[in-house]
Amino acid sequence: MKFSGFRVFAEALKGNTGWRPLWRDPEPKSDYDYVVVGGGGHGLATAYYLAKAFGQSRIAVLEKGWFGSGNIGRNTTIIRSNYLLPGNEPFYEFSMKLWEGLEQELNFNAMVSQRGVINLIHSDSQRDSFRRRANAVILAGADARLLSREELRAMVPFLNFDNARFPIRGGLLQPRGGTARHDGVAWGYARGADSHGVDLIQNCEVTGFRISDGKIRGVETSRGYISAGKVGVAVAGSSGRVMAMAGMRLPMESHVLQAYVSEGLKPVLPGVITFGAGHFYISQSDKGGLVFGGDIDGYNSYAQRGNLPVVEHAAECGLALMPMIGRARVLRMWGGLMDMSMDGSPIIDRTNVEGLFFNGGWCIGGFKATPASGYAFAHLLATGSPHQTARAYRLDRFSRGYVIDETGTGAQPNLH
Amino acid sequence: MLIPHPILGSRDAREFIYLGDVRLLDRPDATRSDAEHSFCDYVFLRDNPAGVHRELWFHEQGDRSWLVVTRNTTTHEILGAELARDVALARKRSAQ
Ligand SMILES: Cc1cc2nc3c(=O)[nH]c(=O)nc-3n(C[C@H](O)[C@H](O)[C@H](O)COP(=O)(O)OP(=O)(O)OC[C@H]3O[C@@H](n4cnc5c(N)ncnc54)[C@H](O)[C@@H]3O)c2cc1C
Repeated sequence: MKFSGFRVFAEALKGNTGWRPLWRDPEPKSDYDYVVVGGGGHGLATAYYLAKAFGQSRIAVLEKGWFGSGNIGRNTTIIRSNYLLPGNEPFYEFSMKLWEGLEQELNFNAMVSQRGVINLIHSDSQRDSFRRRANAVILAGADARLLSREELRAMVPFLNFDNARFPIRGGLLQPRGGTARHDGVAWGYARGADSHGVDLIQNCEVTGFRISDGKIRGVETSRGYISAGKVGVAVAGSSGRVMAMAGMRLPMESHVLQAYVSEGLKPVLPGVITFGAGHFYISQSDKGGLVFGGDIDGYNSYAQRGNLPVVEHAAECGLALMPMIGRARVLRMWGGLMDMSMDGSPIIDRTNVEGLFFNGGWCIGGFKATPASGYAFAHLLATGSPHQTARAYRLDRFSRGYVIDETGTGAQPNLH
Repeated sequence: MLIPHPILGSRDAREFIYLGDVRLLDRPDATRSDAEHSFCDYVFLRDNPAGVHRELWFHEQGDRSWLVVTRNTTTHEILGAELARDVALARKRSAQ
């Protein structure tokens, strides 16, 4: 079933009776060549590219809940490729390029909107460090623009430029950054994978790995044993728990990150704005809700809900930045499980078990990575070698001394 | 969350700073031949359990003591708190 303007028109004439479910709901088979564990954005994208870009077949995605129940359906939807370090930036720029063609590729409206991402500057030293980052971004072939205070004022006049403690002195703009509809991304990849023959299996929790002679044989699941040639795990915040079943300890802790949405308002925010003096980022959804977030709560958690101090902190940052939102009421808030790695960067690698592969450590920023993560993981699964933009994301980089620490805060996951 | 401080009684968790897994008390011996490996493990690897977790919290806006807090990571229920000093001394004693 192809989506098009004509199709919408034709369906309207037929009372919308012709729409069908976007994917099949097959029973799991007893064996597959590839089993992808976790049906978040990354798992679904992996299965899609395995089938579409690498021509593989006999693929299943096993998801313990429903597609979109994890972080892919909980994030604040910001996409950007303005990282500093050479291990990261080419990967995120590859992802941005995939975002730019995603809707045509998937024939699905993921509402990718390049409305721009502005990181605010509050001090001279911050301007220096952002200038350095902008140069690194441009060197990697992506886009970055340093904005003066006046240019910024013309774009976003409602900010509190003269805040006594954190005056706004300028901004770093990535014009190609923006937002995308998170559920739409999951559904688009799911539909694309299904149409290339991937079995998408929901309500199927992986409860163990069958490993013999150092080689993966298959997975135990809540719906029975499934044997597999290769297994790729992409379970985000559950990484520690799932990989422990294969006897692995990871350079990772699970934390909770919250997000908030206000009631619907008339359009006020042109794009994404991030506060440079505290952890706070905000955009406005197409429905009008202000979508914002702040820091992780900061302690290990598998609860998918957080506590009030961080809510208060985010609200304080928001008010310091744009006092006009003081009367907006928060409509909903929720939390997601973050796979916080020891250097703040992800891992896409093989493991000590032959045929078992791992994708995780996305911290609070893995939504923007969804297309590239899926592509790179599929590349690794299908060819056995890392994708050229993901070569730094090795599991052994910690012991070898090649950490990729964007914030320079060290092996302290709650600071990344 | 309220943390039952052994000396000060029930305190708001926001007075504390979180460090993480209590295993960070067990600093490896730097003079051993496998020190490189054991330090890598100590600095970077974590058990990360879903359930009961023993962890280090620092009472920064209080008496500046380190606590070992036992907490359930799936419910945020706090099951107990001890002075990290007492825990460390007890371990040292049992190791001797
Ligand atoms: C509040 C919040 C805001 C965020 N904001 C942004 C942002 O603005 N920009 C950005 O780039 N990133 C953001 N992120 C991060 C981003 O959402 C995640 O890094 C990314 O979605 C993780 O990859 P995923 O989609 O595959 O994860 P998930 O959707 O969590 O997928 C993992 C899946 O694995 C399944 N699973 C777990 N255990 C098992 C098992 N044993 N068997 C089978 N399945 C299992 C889970 O049910 C889940 O569906 C945010 C995250 C949160 C929580």
